[in-house]
Amino acid sequence: MATDEIRVLSATGILGYGFPQESFEEGLRRKPHVIGIDAGSTDSGPYYLGSGKSLMGRESVKRDLSIALKGARALGVPLIVGTAGFSGADVHLSAAYELLREIAQENGLHFLVALIHAEFDKEYLKAQLRAGKIRSFVPGTRELTEDDIEGSTRIVGQMGVGPFIRALDMGAEVILAGRACDTAIFASYPLKNGFPHGLAVHMAKILECGAYCAVPGAVADCMMGTLRSDHFVIEPLNPRRKCTPTSVAAHTLYEQPDPYLIYEPEGVADLHDAVYEQLDGGRVKVSGSRFLEAGQYTIKLEGCRNVGYRTIAIAGVRDSAVIRRIDEIEASVRAHVENTLAGNTDPGSYRLKFRRYGLDAVFEAMEPERHSGRTYELGIVIDVVARTQELANAVCAVARSTLLHCEYEGRKATAGNLAVPFSPSDIAVGPVYEFNVYHLLQVDDLTAPFEVELVEL
Amino acid sequence: MARLADAAKVLRSKNSGPFQVTFDIMFDDGATYRAVRDSGVLSPGLIARLYGVQETEVKIVSYDAANAIKVTIPRRCSSGSAQDTDVYGAQYHVLLDIELPA
Repeated sequence: MATDEIRVLSATGILGYGFPQESFEEGLRRKPHVIGIDAGSTDSGPYYLGSGKSLMGRESVKRDLSIALKGARALGVPLIVGTAGFSGADVHLSAAYELLREIAQENGLHFLVALIHAEFDKEYLKAQLRAGKIRSFVPGTRELTEDDIEGSTRIVGQMGVGPFIRALDMGAEVILAGRACDTAIFASYPLKNGFPHGLAVHMAKILECGAYCAVPGAVADCMMGTLRSDHFVIEPLNPRRKCTPTSVAAHTLYEQPDPYLIYEPEGVADLHDAVYEQLDGGRVKVSGSRFLEAGQYTIKLEGCRNVGYRTIAIAGVRDSAVIRRIDEIEASVRAHVENTLAGNTDPGSYRLKFRRYGLDAVFEAMEPERHSGRTYELGIVIDVVARTQELANAVCAVARSTLLHCEYEGRKATAGNLAVPFSPSDIAVGPVYEFNVYHLLQVDDLTAPFEVELVEL
Repeated sequence: MARLADAAKVLRSKNSGPFQVTFDIMFDDGATYRAVRDSGVLSPGLIARLYGVQETEVKIVSYDAANAIKVTIPRRCSSGSAQDTDVYGAQYHVLLDIELPA
């Protein structure tokens, strides 16, 4: 080890969520060796990977990235951004790079940037599948097929620390990585410098969520981690927040099935023997986290396919006569839509769904209050997903007008069944995707599949 | 006795990847945590019934360091797919708010 400790600054839980400038400056005063930011997630569903777009607003990402970049350049330390552009495919990486270039130009900054690609070639993956190198990730989900690969809009792989270390070794001062393990963003620099794997991954797991592990917790705030040879210290940078042994221990519950095990491409961090101790200043010391190297390295693949185009209409129902008969009204609307479109449209080319907020929209058939009769107002989302946007628009229009005017037993309000809040009433939402690849690819080399491209800015 | 949400400090759900949802049940004090954990009320069988999944698909881990019990199940459909009603899985927890044994 070249140094006694590595100080890692996490700017925020997700690039674009924001962070207080004062917290960040407090972090800079501690002279971090590296600044990291996670920029993406699959949490918001498949749309962002499928469409190539970001969930985050461009201006808020630009704000966060500008502050982080200027801070990193002022100290002369690497800035590492993982899962750039929110989903980390090439289209996202390009958009993130354009933004970075704009910021560099506006601020007169010059540096060496590494772009790490995470999108996988379909022919390569098909060959790996045929060679038996791809298996399902979630137990019970089905095995991958060549059709899944072919039908995917794009497929990314989650890189571990290897490609980051390679980019650092090549002299990169800023790294924009495609799809990456959140932990690799923060663990790569310590691991490059020979610090213990289990502690580095455990610390990284906490840092990737910003100040979420503090009390009060917040994703949109900075956090400092200091890694030494046999422990690490987590330190909030906002005087409003404190970390406690419980709040830090509880963090490994978040968004993963086993709080004791953090699975990585290289192996698994085992936290069974982790010890959490309170220090002054709201800091927490952690020791005892170990790392078990995997017998077989794996890369998690994520892909999604287009399943059609969506149009929705939103309406309210306040008339109890309609609410009482909503099931039969829905059935008659469905039948009418089918009859109206019959001959021109294959019923298999669209799917009509009524999301009944106030009744059972969230749990549907599992809703325990479904038959309680306590609903006095219903919010209905007419949800159509069809083979084309035009067809989705057409089905939604027929469904909406039929629902508005259809007859039901005991009807007295013969002018309309719905309170429609907007004009226009129908909203074309665009393409709909679903995850169809979520599998593990077995590899011998975790670095080679991810191309590192160096650019002088 | 109380309902689970009354006894717990945190009762939450969230995606664990696009195909699973995971529940965190966290308690303020070790005694309540151990009482709920040892009562066995949060069994794979109960959770399978509440969520319409197979018993073998339910994973339960107790986590002493945080006075927490963790439950993971498959999602009804993958996050954000056409049929989904809860992209983040953030409301799944409601059905888990069971009555605790006296």
